[in-house]
Amino acid sequence: MADKALTQPTAGTAARNVDGYALFWGLPLALWQLVFFVAPLVFLVVMTFWTVKNFRLTPDFDTVNWVNMFSKGYVIDTYFRTLWYGALGAVVCSVLAFPASYALAFKASPVVQRIGLFMLITPFFTSYLVRIYSWQAVVSDNGVLNNLLGVFGLGPFNILGTLLGTMVGYITLTLPLVILLQFFSLSGVDRNYIEAAQNLGCGRLRTVFLVIIPLAKTGIILAGTFAFILCFGDLVSPTSLGSSKPPTLSILIVDTVKQGNNWPRAAVVALMMVLTLIVVAFTAIFFAYRVKKEKT
Amino acid sequence: MTARKADKKPTWRLTRRKFLKGSAAAAALIAASSATRRVAWSEENTLSYLCWPGHGAPEVVEPFEQANNVKIIPKEYVGGEAMMALINQSDPGTYDVVLSDREYIVMMRDAGLIDEMDPNDYAFDDFWPEFQKMPGHWLNGKLYSVVLDFGYLGVVHNTDVISEKEASSYKVLWDPKLTGKVGQFDWYLPSMGNLSQYNGNKSPFDIDDAAFAKLRDTVFSLKPQVAGYHGIPDIFNALKNGDALAYQGIGDWITILLSAEGYPVTTTIPDEGGIQWTESLSLSTDGKKQDLAKKFIQYLTAPEGQVRVALKSSYWGSIPNKKGWTLMNDIKPNEATILRHRFDQRNVMDEYADGKITLRQLPEQQSIDDWSEVWNEYKNL
Repeated sequence: MADKALTQPTAGTAARNVDGYALFWGLPLALWQLVFFVAPLVFLVVMTFWTVKNFRLTPDFDTVNWVNMFSKGYVIDTYFRTLWYGALGAVVCSVLAFPASYALAFKASPVVQRIGLFMLITPFFTSYLVRIYSWQAVVSDNGVLNNLLGVFGLGPFNILGTLLGTMVGYITLTLPLVILLQFFSLSGVDRNYIEAAQNLGCGRLRTVFLVIIPLAKTGIILAGTFAFILCFGDLVSPTSLGSSKPPTLSILIVDTVKQGNNWPRAAVVALMMVLTLIVVAFTAIFFAYRVKKEKT
Repeated sequence: MTARKADKKPTWRLTRRKFLKGSAAAAALIAASSATRRVAWSEENTLSYLCWPGHGAPEVVEPFEQANNVKIIPKEYVGGEAMMALINQSDPGTYDVVLSDREYIVMMRDAGLIDEMDPNDYAFDDFWPEFQKMPGHWLNGKLYSVVLDFGYLGVVHNTDVISEKEASSYKVLWDPKLTGKVGQFDWYLPSMGNLSQYNGNKSPFDIDDAAFAKLRDTVFSLKPQVAGYHGIPDIFNALKNGDALAYQGIGDWITILLSAEGYPVTTTIPDEGGIQWTESLSLSTDGKKQDLAKKFIQYLTAPEGQVRVALKSSYWGSIPNKKGWTLMNDIKPNEATILRHRFDQRNVMDEYADGKITLRQLPEQQSIDDWSEVWNEYKNL
């Protein structure tokens, strides 16, 4: 009977059923977000006003943590540095990813596409931490890379403990994901527009910049945003490849907790990060989809 | 066969009712399994042990577990302040035995987290005299902790590049051949403590504000030499890869394992002095198994337990029990030599007697905050 109702719905019952169905499936996500995002976020805000006495968290309403953290030059410096690192990571990754995703979307045969996609997924089979420790062995002063360059009389180049080291880690973390997201976006570009542009005498490079990129803008922006979010909050690369020299906000959180169990001050830093990510994500979504709306 | 298949098919179709039933069952299962785990953990035959990594490993605790039909449940931490955080945030009596660095014993006593101990329960007569009435373990004549193991912190260096003679002063850290090659153990306390010794402070952690300002300048002046700020795994990697050729603030507990693997690294205690770390055992207040906990401490501080602690796989440490030394020389002579626990050669106690070693402690005249602030600024220079 129920099956019959589902297969032959009347207009009215269908609307009611769809609502209930959507509610049923949407509810777990809403509950999840409420329990694991909104509630901790509220708790995080509350905790920023707590104090720590002899390593013990004490519920309080004191602005001392905010005043303390914002009065330190190095906290502000670390904030802008992390913002810069995240942005640089996102741009570098997006630029590096584009030729690969373009080739995969427009030049590769379906078989090569499938192999390519599989290869982009395989890095996720291994722990990110393991991959970063492997990089340490490759880029260290006596590592594989410098030994190889040494054969040609080059180097050794100091990579560990530098911005380049951190970027190597960021790229390891985000590149496969960015290529995948760009690829899916580029695959959705209507080939007729490309043909039309070329028929009208538009060169290949101009077609890429004036037709393909604008049409795939949503995916490209979202891929870059994902890269920013991952880089901005990453602890492993700036620690193990950047050697905390200088630190990022994630390292600052760890240090703040480590030194005197100061969770409230760490919560201030965490909140700075969450708010930044919310602003960046919404701004990116606004720009990504505004373009789409104009087109329709 | 076909009919059976056809009969079976509908049973796999997911309806909302089935989904809800399944969810309820899953929730019940999760609740039941966590309840089972709680029951298992609260059983009489377990003993919880808050400790540094490796102290609860089978190679250390197995004989005690077998002899007493008990399971040691270790909860590991890295750094004394992490230990204070854990113990403060747990319910009273969560841990039966607490292993802590010496400098935190007073804090734990003041916070009512550890109990007074009866000195007659422990074989202090077997200990080297230096460890029988150790400062920080006895407070107002009452015993609160028994020392388990110890080690010295000074200059760790790559012997291919820096000789022991060169490393006999912390000055070597500023040597041009170490520019960009000095690693920093990312814990302000031992790292700044050694630099305070370099500044000539005999009590490196008990310095006035003028000496503290000077220490700040000394710390900051090391920045151009720094390869990076490292946690324990990164220290091992950096010394192996040659990315760092020297450190201050660490010691044998890192280099013994590395040199055993063939890496050219060693620890030298400079003439300006070294720092001693000490791990000590206390009975947790409100621990429900005080007798068993006491037996466990007796086991760890007796000769067999001592040798097992000294040679555990996470890191080696020196031991205070002379009978433990004797046993190690009998059954593990090579290890006794590496640990400098030989009675017939210059050993770790001679270095202690030289007066070069100062106990690590928390800052006396400034706050933890003041010292860690300098360290944070240093990292951000």
